[in-house]
Amino acid sequence: MNDLLFNLILTLDASFRVCIPLIFASMAGLFAERSGVVDIGLEGKLLMSAFIAASAASVFGSPWIGLVAGMFASCVFAMIHGFASITYKGNQIVSGVAINILASGLTMILTLAWFKKGGITPTLQADERFLSITLPGVDIIDHIPIIGVIYRELISGHNILVYLAFAVVPLVWWVVYRTRFGLRLRAVGENPKAVDTAGLSVEGLRYKALLIGGILCGIGGAYIAIAHNAQFTKEMTAGQGFIALAALIFGKWHPYKVLAACFLFGFLDALALRLQGVVLPVIGEVPVQLIEAIPYLLTVILLAGFIGKAIPPKASAQPYIKEL
Amino acid sequence: MTRDRRLAWINGLLLPLFNVLTAFLATAVVFLFIGVDPIEATKILIYGALGYDEGLGYTLYYATNFVFTGLAVAVAFHAGLFNIGGEGQAYVGGLGIALVALYIDPTLSAWLVIPLAISGGLLFGALWAIIPAYLQAYRGSHIVITTIMFNFLASALMVYMLVHVLREVGQMSPESRNFPEVVWLPFVHDVFARFGYNIAKSPLNLSILVALFFSLLVWFFLWHTRWGFAIRATGKSNDAAVYSGINPKKIIVVTMCISGALAGLVGVNELIGVQHRLFLNFNYGYGFGGIAVALMGRNHPVGILIAALLFGILYQGGAELDFELQNVSRDIVVVMQGLVILFCGGLEYLYRPLLIRFLAPIET
Repeated sequence: MNDLLFNLILTLDASFRVCIPLIFASMAGLFAERSGVVDIGLEGKLLMSAFIAASAASVFGSPWIGLVAGMFASCVFAMIHGFASITYKGNQIVSGVAINILASGLTMILTLAWFKKGGITPTLQADERFLSITLPGVDIIDHIPIIGVIYRELISGHNILVYLAFAVVPLVWWVVYRTRFGLRLRAVGENPKAVDTAGLSVEGLRYKALLIGGILCGIGGAYIAIAHNAQFTKEMTAGQGFIALAALIFGKWHPYKVLAACFLFGFLDALALRLQGVVLPVIGEVPVQLIEAIPYLLTVILLAGFIGKAIPPKASAQPYIKEL
Repeated sequence: MTRDRRLAWINGLLLPLFNVLTAFLATAVVFLFIGVDPIEATKILIYGALGYDEGLGYTLYYATNFVFTGLAVAVAFHAGLFNIGGEGQAYVGGLGIALVALYIDPTLSAWLVIPLAISGGLLFGALWAIIPAYLQAYRGSHIVITTIMFNFLASALMVYMLVHVLREVGQMSPESRNFPEVVWLPFVHDVFARFGYNIAKSPLNLSILVALFFSLLVWFFLWHTRWGFAIRATGKSNDAAVYSGINPKKIIVVTMCISGALAGLVGVNELIGVQHRLFLNFNYGYGFGGIAVALMGRNHPVGILIAALLFGILYQGGAELDFELQNVSRDIVVVMQGLVILFCGGLEYLYRPLLIRFLAPIET
């Protein structure tokens, strides 16, 4: 029994770690899509930021510089997306695809040019990355059964970006639902014309939303390279940007529901990893691929309207053309 | 020239030309940024891709894949659909080809077996596209998102199939056994040798004829059949299509099936053309490359052939760059694909205001 509990806690702990980039990226997507800009370039922004963060952390010897550099890189890509899809009213999906492919190519080219290694950056030393923090009181609470284990394994012992991720979600909720900017953001995604008529800049609001998204994606990418891992490796984001997109849809563009979706998808990922090669009674060997496929399957089923209905912001994917 | 004529020229020729040139220019900037002389790099690239038999063979071999995925994306574009799932459809199409190749009676004639294998690719590619298509048409789920999800599902499915079903007993790497020789498409150098011409060995095989055949077919289908008209009409204006009695839902499903089927042909070149077995990620990057090819080729088969050739040149020339220069790898092609998609797609209207202002100002 104890063993099972411990295993469960370890799996939950692993889910925390893997769902962090999903949280940052899906919150980034939430801002973009709530403003009416579809953002399938989350993956590219995560990848670019992971690479730049790892490079900067390695060159300047500080994770904080890495984090800021990663955020900057991600913002640059977000602005390219904005330039194409807001200013020039291009196809937002095409622009997002361009960003993903560009990030994939540039990271490969630049690792080779800067570090003479194809696809990887130098391994980061301990002081160049974000390390786990042991929360105060672990020793004291450790003696309490169950709660002690939960506190030690689950709550304590993460790096600062993990705690930041869990702080970001309520903040996003507050911004989106309780501030004037949030109201305008939601309005511009539903009915840009009304916002325009009220004398506000549709383009300005959308740019702001993308910029916030750039910052958040930047933190997510930095987490992957300099907190969760200790270097950048080729294609290391491995589709997490797309899972974040799935989580965003699954959570119906609402911060807390999206958080729940991220956690569910993270848990499935951690579970798949833990069940690799495990033979269970009755079922036999667990087909890990099936568990890995669940987030995508669930999203498709949800989109199909079989379990609730995912309705995106009304004006998403439509460039706003001002009538003269 | 009237203003309308001038506008047509701007939209049809000048704008795409400017966009492609900008993408090239931006690539040159990337080269400069990493300390590579872009002119030197271009020379190596072009020599590597076109300068000798073997290079040319490789170029055409890569181009073949891009023709398939480029056509796939283009057909969907004509109906106003963005098929971002070419990657997955190509992958699963490969499974269809492999299943035919592995389980068919190898004593049958190649004239029967090879078309069957090709049909397997068409069928499985179409099957992988039909669910997102149905969901878009009848349940309103956005096809871009569902096809992205289907790319990942394809990936999971193929890993499962290769690890648990098709892998040979005792074999470590996840790949199928070799296909029987009867389904192998002949290499072009072998065909030439049979007629007494010796050309260098390369992976170029008769798939290139399949690619040309399907380009012609797509052209004929889109511009000279009732269905093709219905597809283009739906893409131009959904409402107009409905008024003329076209059922857009049906069109979505049919178009996506055709699109998926075309993407499913990548395996013809890669699997029965070159590798003669099914393995992981044989489709890697061609599905997304197809988007760049379709955008650059303006969704027309002729344009796609030209764009596919260009990307073939870049792929093969990129390999040569890898070899010749230390600072750059063939991934520069990926950068370039991204730039082409950005400038020919996302920023398609970048120069439009400027060109209109100078070449076709509003007459007062």
